[in-house]
Amino acid sequence: MQLRYFAWVRERVGHDAETVDLPGGVATVADLLDWLASRDESYASAFADREIIRVALDQEHAEHDAPLAGVREAAFFPPMTGG
Amino acid sequence: MTDTPKPHQDIPPPVDVRIQSGDFDVAAEIERLRRSHPNIGAVVTFTGLCRDEGGRLAALELEHYPGMAEAEITRIAREACARWPLDGLTAIHRHGRIEPGGNIVLVVAASRHRRAAFEAAEFLMDYLKTRAPFWKKEHLKDGSSGTWVDARDSDTRDADRWKA
Repeated sequence: MQLRYFAWVRERVGHDAETVDLPGGVATVADLLDWLASRDESYASAFADREIIRVALDQEHAEHDAPLAGVREAAFFPPMTGG
Repeated sequence: MTDTPKPHQDIPPPVDVRIQSGDFDVAAEIERLRRSHPNIGAVVTFTGLCRDEGGRLAALELEHYPGMAEAEITRIAREACARWPLDGLTAIHRHGRIEPGGNIVLVVAASRHRRAAFEAAEFLMDYLKTRAPFWKKEHLKDGSSGTWVDARDSDTRDADRWKA
């Protein structure tokens, strides 16, 4: 799965994109956030406040309980501040 | 909002969404819509500008999610067309470095009557603020760069009032 990061999430993880093989048991966005936060200190810092992180699956907004089956691209970012 | 005008039942109005680093020309965008339809009676525009924050801001850096930014604003614009009788709807959002006084975002809503144009423009902006994937970072005049702008709870409340 392709992962993308934006704004301060990108700065904290240290890169804007990567491709990962999801470990078994990672079925939902919340599972993926837990797994990412456990990878190292940078990811732990980016995903420390899980509640504030917004997620898009294949470029559409998704909730944390959304399933990942069939998803090609997941993106993680802070609340949006455009306009 | 029981007196809100109903959308047209015939062909959907054109939605023009552009994500660009370059500036836009408000008058030219109004003219483009005006020429596209002979029966427009009202055009409402909203232009969002970069403040100087009391003189301390050198520039804003606008990061965006290419692809999704256009897709999400297009989804919001189509929702506006489903709610109001519009004859045209344009949304332009810039990205990259923007200095105080510069344009950030433009919405142009055209309709036969003013109420639909006013409401659609406001709806589009309220949803764009909370759902379009853009993030602002401040660069300050003292050379420090900066902090990411925090999302405002009032923006979420503004968007939520359209759900009623």
